[in-house]
Amino acid sequence: MATIDPPVFTGEPEPGVPPVLTGHHTPGSVTDDITRPIFSEIKPWWLVGFGISFALLMLFLMGAAKLVTVGTGVWGLNMPVAWGFAIINFVWWIGIGHAGTLISAILLLFRQEWRTSINRFAEAMTLFAVACAGMFPILHLGRPWLFYWLMPYPNQMSLWPQFQSPLIWDVFAVSTYATVSLLFWFTGLIPDLASLRDRAKNIWVQRLAGIFSLGWRGSAKHWQNYEALYLLLAGLSTPLVLSVHTVVSFDFAISIVPGWHTTVFPPYFVAGAVFAGFAMVFTLMLPLRPLFGLKDYITDRHLQAMAKVMLTTGLIVAYGYIVEIFVAWYSGNVYEWGMVKNRFTGPFKFQYLMLWVCNIFVPQLLWIKRVRTSPIVLWLVSMAINVGMWLERYIIVVVSLARDFLPSSWDVYAGTRWDWAIYVGTIGLFMALIFLFIRFLPVISIFEVRHLAHEKSHHHEAAT
Amino acid sequence: MSFTIYGLMAEFPTSEALVEAARKTTRAGYTRVDAFTPYPVEELSEALEHKRSWVPLIVLMGGLAGGFGGFGLQFWSATIHYPMIIGGRPFAAWPGWIVVTFECTILAAAASGLLGMILLNKLPQPYHPVFNVESFRAKASSEGFFLVVEAEDPRFDRQDTADFLRELNPIEVAEVEE
Repeated sequence: MATIDPPVFTGEPEPGVPPVLTGHHTPGSVTDDITRPIFSEIKPWWLVGFGISFALLMLFLMGAAKLVTVGTGVWGLNMPVAWGFAIINFVWWIGIGHAGTLISAILLLFRQEWRTSINRFAEAMTLFAVACAGMFPILHLGRPWLFYWLMPYPNQMSLWPQFQSPLIWDVFAVSTYATVSLLFWFTGLIPDLASLRDRAKNIWVQRLAGIFSLGWRGSAKHWQNYEALYLLLAGLSTPLVLSVHTVVSFDFAISIVPGWHTTVFPPYFVAGAVFAGFAMVFTLMLPLRPLFGLKDYITDRHLQAMAKVMLTTGLIVAYGYIVEIFVAWYSGNVYEWGMVKNRFTGPFKFQYLMLWVCNIFVPQLLWIKRVRTSPIVLWLVSMAINVGMWLERYIIVVVSLARDFLPSSWDVYAGTRWDWAIYVGTIGLFMALIFLFIRFLPVISIFEVRHLAHEKSHHHEAAT
Repeated sequence: MSFTIYGLMAEFPTSEALVEAARKTTRAGYTRVDAFTPYPVEELSEALEHKRSWVPLIVLMGGLAGGFGGFGLQFWSATIHYPMIIGGRPFAAWPGWIVVTFECTILAAAASGLLGMILLNKLPQPYHPVFNVESFRAKASSEGFFLVVEAEDPRFDRQDTADFLRELNPIEVAEVEE
């Protein structure tokens, strides 16, 4: 068997690159620092934040209740635009999830040591974002309680799902993605839950952490199997994360609607997903870092590395926009070219302009080193990208559908207040889950940082 | 001391010391030896002469089962159980099944991997004797490095083994209550 090497610490980074872990840490101090927020008293900012998120979650429930009792007519859908906010938000949320898997799987395979401090948090974000994403197609069914008809199960009518439909591919891709992300996250949590179990003073915390840590005791045999599994899960998640957004892009690309029927969609969707996901990691992590006193673990190195990933994927997205325009022109297809002209001059030109500003012009600030190291500017850039990526899906869905082949069926589209209630409500759901997560579970992978601290202390000894 | 013992436990200050001690212990002929660390230490598996992990094979088997199962379900439902002509394509229009087959492969591989890891490690295990040692409970999951020689080892002797472990420069040697 290929033995699983530890993440290699390749020595001091070259001059000018900040370290991935600052301060002097031992395995014990790492455990103390990361478990401290869990065992400390609830802070006022947490209560306020959770309260607001919970209120928005109630808004979501209200919107969903309205939808279920009245029907999809409460949404702004009309006949050319039969797919409005539901698919926009679905694609937006699922894209946000991608950064988590990218950080935890692809960067693990590439031995990027800076991933260690942020992977747990990003994976949790993935899970919650996928949960929010899943709400939309299910609610869009109109009769959400019958969602299981999408799964292949033996039923009395002997009917099977249409396995050649991109919508069924979505069901399989998203549910697999959610399940594997959960397994990956739980696997990473097992040793840390054992730490919680041994640290907890409260009997209930001990018991719960004890149940979920499965009696983990860090035996060498355990670690051997564990490391093998962890690496394999990373290897399995890597093609999975690339496949999920590819499949989501097939929802569009398989059709013949102008603006959708494009071969650039799969790679451009995946890059956009990573772009959006890193922006969301920044949005959440930058405020959390000072609040939890985690500056030793999430250092300037992390900010810079993530900013560079964001810049790169942003450039791929920009390339996608340009290729879309070029291919529409070069193909000589009047419908495609009409769609492009409509994006620039039609009823949604303001959204299209904002899309360029948020996704292409603003991220160019990341070329500047002072921007990459300034948390406040980074946070503002990431917020612009969050908005921009939502607008991107809006443009893709709405502009293409509102003006298809036949001018007599053209219409305009706008979300109603119930559309907005459900959309903002899922943000509440997401934030509420994030607040619960940072309160009850270690936001940084403790055992991996212990390992990192050990590697680093060794390097120091060797150097001095 | 009247309790039956599970084994003898020695605590070491660093992972290097633990690896060294584990190597010496297995070289001395002990076979039922286990080591406990707060983070994975690769050299330990080698020092304790562990066999290679079964997890990769389980993942491969799970993935193959998922892939063939997913493809088989689509093939069977579309050609045997309820054949329908859709878009003028043949019943077994397999290119459209690739996505579902791929997803089933990944799902089954990942799930069987986690299940395999849990079962191979004999988890969940609510009770284990090593937790009866005070310092293990306090430190094993954060900063302690422990070596245990089990009483079932054919070479185990309460006195001789304890003496042997003390020669390895541990922080302390403790008896593990069953």
